[in-house]
Parts: sequence; C-alpha cells; structure tokens
Amino acid sequence: MGQGFFLLFATGSVVTALMLVLARNPVHSALALMACFLQVSAIFVMLGAPLLAVIQIFVYVGAIMVLFLFVIMMIDVREAVLQRFMPGGNLPALALLILLGVEMIVLVLWSDRFAGTPPVASRGGDKVRELGTTLFSDYLLPFEVASVILLAALVGAIVLARKEPG
Amino acid sequence: MVPLWWSILLGVALFVIGAAGVLLRRNILIVLMSLELLLNSVNINFIAFGQHYDDFRGQIFAIFVIAITAAEVAVALGILVALVRNKSTLRVDDVTTMKG
Repeated sequence: MGQGFFLLFATGSVVTALMLVLARNPVHSALALMACFLQVSAIFVMLGAPLLAVIQIFVYVGAIMVLFLFVIMMIDVREAVLQRFMPGGNLPALALLILLGVEMIVLVLWSDRFAGTPPVASRGGDKVRELGTTLFSDYLLPFEVASVILLAALVGAIVLARKEPG
Repeated sequence: MVPLWWSILLGVALFVIGAAGVLLRRNILIVLMSLELLLNSVNINFIAFGQHYDDFRGQIFAIFVIAITAAEVAVALGILVALVRNKSTLRVDDVTTMKG
C-alpha cells in the first residue's frame, strides 16, 4: 500500500522534473516545477514528516512559485520561447551528467548498508511537538541566524529590484 | 514501510535531472528553477535518513535548507530583474560582465 503510493508519487515527480527541464516556455517550466513540489510534499508525508510537507507547500508552492510566475510575467520571455533547445547540444556536460548518475546509482545499489540494515524502531510519541522542542532548544542559534539571513535577503531584493539606484 | 534505498534513488534521479537543467539549459529562469530542484532532492535524502534512524536532525536541516532557499530565490530574482532591465537578455551566455 505505502510502497505503491511511493512509487506513484516518485514517478510523478520524476516525470514533472523532466518536463521542467525539457519545456521551451518558462511558464510551462514553472507549472511543472509546482506539480513536482506537490508530489515531493506527498513523499514527505510518506517519509513521516508531515510538518515538512506543509512547509514545503506553503513556502515553495505558495511563495516561491508565485514569485517566479510574477517575474516571468514582468519580463519579456518571447525571445527565450523562440529559441530551440536540443539536449545533445552540449556533449561534455551530457557525458558528465550520465557519468554522475551512473556512479551514484551504482554506489547506492552496491552498498549493503542502505538495503541491509533494518530501520531503527520508532520511539513513537508526538513527532511534531518533539521536533519543535528540539528546534527551539538545541538549534535556537541557527534558527535566529536563518531569520537574519531572510531579513537581509528581503532588504537586498528590494534594493536590487528598485528602479533608481541610490 | 518504504525501503531507504528507494528514497535515495529518487533523490539521485531528481538531482541528475536538476543538474541537467543547470548545465544544459541556457535560459536563466530555468537554471534557477533547476537549482530549486537540486535543493529539493537533497531534502528528500535528509528526511529519508532522518526517518531511517529515527532522528529529528534530518527534518531540522531540511527546514534550514528551505529557509536558505527562500532567501536565495528572493535575491536571485531581484538580480534577474535588474539584469533584464539593463541588458534585456535571458541567456546566461550573454551575461559575461564580471568575466574580467
């Protein structure tokens, strides 16, 4: 049951990711990326991280994709649409990618460490509550640093996108 | 219960597809979206290992990755808007101003 759903969502996410790379129109790419993020959030639920699935939908599908679509609508994409895309255009990069993929798959499938070891038994209990307690007690300083980084990015984006510099 | 190596293979597939988008496409918008895909495949691996070892740190690092990704996208799209206003191009090959 769970494995069938995992295979379904994994296939969907891989197909939509391929559509993202192969689409000619950036709007189609953005919509394919949104579909891919929805499938990935379903996979997060199956991996026992419902809070991460909700954050994924809020942040990626709700905020980042809206930002992408607004920027695509703001700038003129007609010139980019007209240009054709051939996957065989850059042969060294293609060979490097195939090498990378084959190497990672062979290493994962060869190692008995991923398939052999049984998973650690779950402790049970309220997972989201424990996650929040750990995040705000042991990882409080990285959390605050992330908030400062977000503030800096906010100010930087406003300054960069302003019309008149200075 | 999903085996661990299924999740890792899914992460590998999404990572290779995202790297293909970064290396093969010349449209700067699609390069940015492929970067998002790369970071997401890393998140899948974090959460899969976190579930396998029943540890919260995988999910916590995934939360930090998402936060940094949001900051990166905001700054990158700001730079993109300024770039298109100045040079009116979307091809990454045409942007060689900082080449020296």
